[in-house]
Amino acid sequence: MLRKFLIAALTAAGIAAVTPALAAGGDTKMVHREWSFDGVFGRFDNAQLQRGLQVYREVCSTCHGLELVRFRNLLDIGVSEDDAKAYAEGYEITDTVDDDGNPVARPLGLADRLPSPFPNEKAARAANNGALPPDLSLMAKARMSGPDYIYTMLTAYTDEPPADFVLMDGMYYNPAFPGHQIAMPQMLFDGGVEFESGAPNDLPSVAADTAAFLMWAAEPALEVRKSMGVKVMLFLIVLTALFYAYKRQIWSRVKH
Amino acid sequence: MAETANPAHGPSDGETRRDFLLYASTAVGVVGTGLALWPFIHSMNPAADVLALASTEVNLSAIAEGQAITVMWRGKPVFVRHRTAAEIEAARSVNVGDLTDPQSDEDRVKQPQWLIMVGVCTHLGCIPLGQKASDPKGDFGGWFCPCHGSHYDTSGRIRKGPAPLNLPIPEYAFLDDETVKIG
Amino acid sequence: MSAASNNKIVKWVDERLPIFTMVQHSAVEYPTPKNLNYWWNFGSLAGFVLVIMILTGLFLAMSYTAHTDYAFMSVERIMRDVNYGWLLRYLHANGASMFFIVVFIHIFRGLYYGSYKPPREILWWVGLVIMLLMMATAFMGYVLPWGQMSFWGATVITNLFSAIPLVGEHIVVWLWGGFSVDNPTLNRFFALHFLLPFVILGAVVVHVWALHTVRSNNPLGIDVKSPQDTIPFHPYYTIKDLFSMGVFLMLFSVFVFWMPNALGHPDNYIPADPMVTPAHIVPEWYFLPFYAILRAVPDKLGGVLLMFASIGVLAALPWLDTSKVRSCTFRPVYKWFFWLFLIDCFVLGYIGGMPAEEPYIAIGQVATAWYFIHLLVITPLVGWLEKPKPLPESISSPVVKSGAATEAARNAA
Repeated sequence: MLRKFLIAALTAAGIAAVTPALAAGGDTKMVHREWSFDGVFGRFDNAQLQRGLQVYREVCSTCHGLELVRFRNLLDIGVSEDDAKAYAEGYEITDTVDDDGNPVARPLGLADRLPSPFPNEKAARAANNGALPPDLSLMAKARMSGPDYIYTMLTAYTDEPPADFVLMDGMYYNPAFPGHQIAMPQMLFDGGVEFESGAPNDLPSVAADTAAFLMWAAEPALEVRKSMGVKVMLFLIVLTALFYAYKRQIWSRVKH
Repeated sequence: MAETANPAHGPSDGETRRDFLLYASTAVGVVGTGLALWPFIHSMNPAADVLALASTEVNLSAIAEGQAITVMWRGKPVFVRHRTAAEIEAARSVNVGDLTDPQSDEDRVKQPQWLIMVGVCTHLGCIPLGQKASDPKGDFGGWFCPCHGSHYDTSGRIRKGPAPLNLPIPEYAFLDDETVKIG
Repeated sequence: MSAASNNKIVKWVDERLPIFTMVQHSAVEYPTPKNLNYWWNFGSLAGFVLVIMILTGLFLAMSYTAHTDYAFMSVERIMRDVNYGWLLRYLHANGASMFFIVVFIHIFRGLYYGSYKPPREILWWVGLVIMLLMMATAFMGYVLPWGQMSFWGATVITNLFSAIPLVGEHIVVWLWGGFSVDNPTLNRFFALHFLLPFVILGAVVVHVWALHTVRSNNPLGIDVKSPQDTIPFHPYYTIKDLFSMGVFLMLFSVFVFWMPNALGHPDNYIPADPMVTPAHIVPEWYFLPFYAILRAVPDKLGGVLLMFASIGVLAALPWLDTSKVRSCTFRPVYKWFFWLFLIDCFVLGYIGGMPAEEPYIAIGQVATAWYFIHLLVITPLVGWLEKPKPLPESISSPVVKSGAATEAARNAA
């Protein structure tokens, strides 16, 4: 009975497997890197996340927001409280009024969100040729195989588009991006960012650091989730085994 | 439940094994259920963003002697008063034993000129008057609660009226001469 | 029937409100066929998942804000700031998928073993009502995070009602509370999403009441003939159900802790934008077979009617199935059509997730046609024409006739 069900399910699955993946013809193959946070026991690498944060601050934050991350969250990846405070205090926000009702600016603090580079969508588009640089907080979850996609896209820029490709004004060729043209030029290069730790800063390394950082930004709870999963699964194995043994014992006296 | 008598081992052995599995399953099941309940209960505790706003920093340099400001802290008003020498003296010359809620002024302040307390009347929760110069200050020169007539002195202690306790002192620390962190 | 307890307190309460007697009668002593296999565990599993969904949903509702300006952010707040919020969210989202997996298996068990046949027709109908309520609940629930798929899925599906002649447009405006899916729609979907699970709970009570009236079916599909055929529900099936709950929790945990977004769609992590339509609007996986049937008909109204008919025709199954024999164990011809039907449902699901291009359109139409041919033509025809295998004397009787006996014994295990 179980066998027949499995045959049916596998037949259907087989049909599904034969169909090619969603990628249209000519797309760059997705590069699957090994991430420290992959797998049953996956964890973030704080040093890598801090490098990714540096890339975000120096390169990406000019155009892209990260508003779901608050300055206090940076403490979780090893940034010191003083450094996080200093980072925050570099920005101002006008969200209160004084006793006369005039708007007052105050520096950002640990409890505040990372500021977006533009006050609203129209300002963002005006500064970027009509294109809207998306907030990156959830990018690693908003795309299939998020971190791999981000890494592939950041490293897929070529010097010239193919001869027969029509590139529109203000667009750049990127074979990993749907449609193969994107409004963002290549922003990461070999040696573009210098890390105090002396860690490698070639393009693949920096792109990987960025993708890892964005995975953390999208899902800070990832480590807790996986480690809790291990404990839960071990507990359930014990519990289910006990229930099964007890079930067998009770049923041994029934003729069935 | 019929017993499966096994001549080789005797009924007590089978009973022990059956009971062991029953007790073990039940115990692990109960423990599991308890562990499973904890995330639900804890999810109702203050979230990270609420905890992050649990402390407020106040700039004291703008508060002149004899003046007071009110800041919001954890959803409640906190009175920060820059006391005059006269107010401090009045607070310290009271016989502590006579008070409804005995507490010396020295126990209520870290620096005598700065009185920091939660501005919620300990009777039924109204906000006492006395922060502004034009406010009534009650019979003891401090604060007066208009709801049921509680009078607080220059140390915020209840002196007359239905309130049972002195105005509460929150946790605070001076970061420097000009800044205090409440909470 | 023995007394629930000799305890004085229990007796005092029971004399005034017989809850202990009721539990004793329906959950302890309830005579259950002793030959039930594990396919019978999925009913209690479904009840278990319903409880998990209500609990997690309740605690999520404590932090969720049902306003278009705040909904998406409130869910992210739950994921990042609320203690164990990420766990509650992933339990609830994956729990919905688990609920449908369990219920689909439960339904297919009913199809294979003829659990819809007399006297269980009403039991079957109440079950179909529960499934419809589940689909409505899940649909509205998916709108609540207010992501791209939430918004556009809601737009596409609510737009279907405009196919209704004469009043269609008015009905859609009434559903929306406006002229497109917007804040009024989100707000009312939240209210209804909170309500319906309790309606489901009530329907489940009726479902179990109907079950206990006609008593459980069994893998042989033959009636209980004597008390020898049954055993008390407790402790035999209580422990068996607890065991399968453990197995279920393990499967559930794999999703929640390691692949929490595998069954979802990445586009729903993009805030809803009425100005930008996603490249492929896809409903959640459990709606895909119905989506395929909907798209199989070029006519809008036709597609809607056929989609609802796919569930409606199931209600007629007790009469469409003309066989005198309940269980496919003894129906050598129909058994193969059952498996073909199951594969057809998988194909429909697969097609539902594909873009509306060839060859998927053609395959979808064939698969849709077969779905209805199976129920409306094959089921009655095979029921009439088939020569079933001889049935055993009773559930307890070990031997019937030579060949059938060994097969019956093997299949009943």
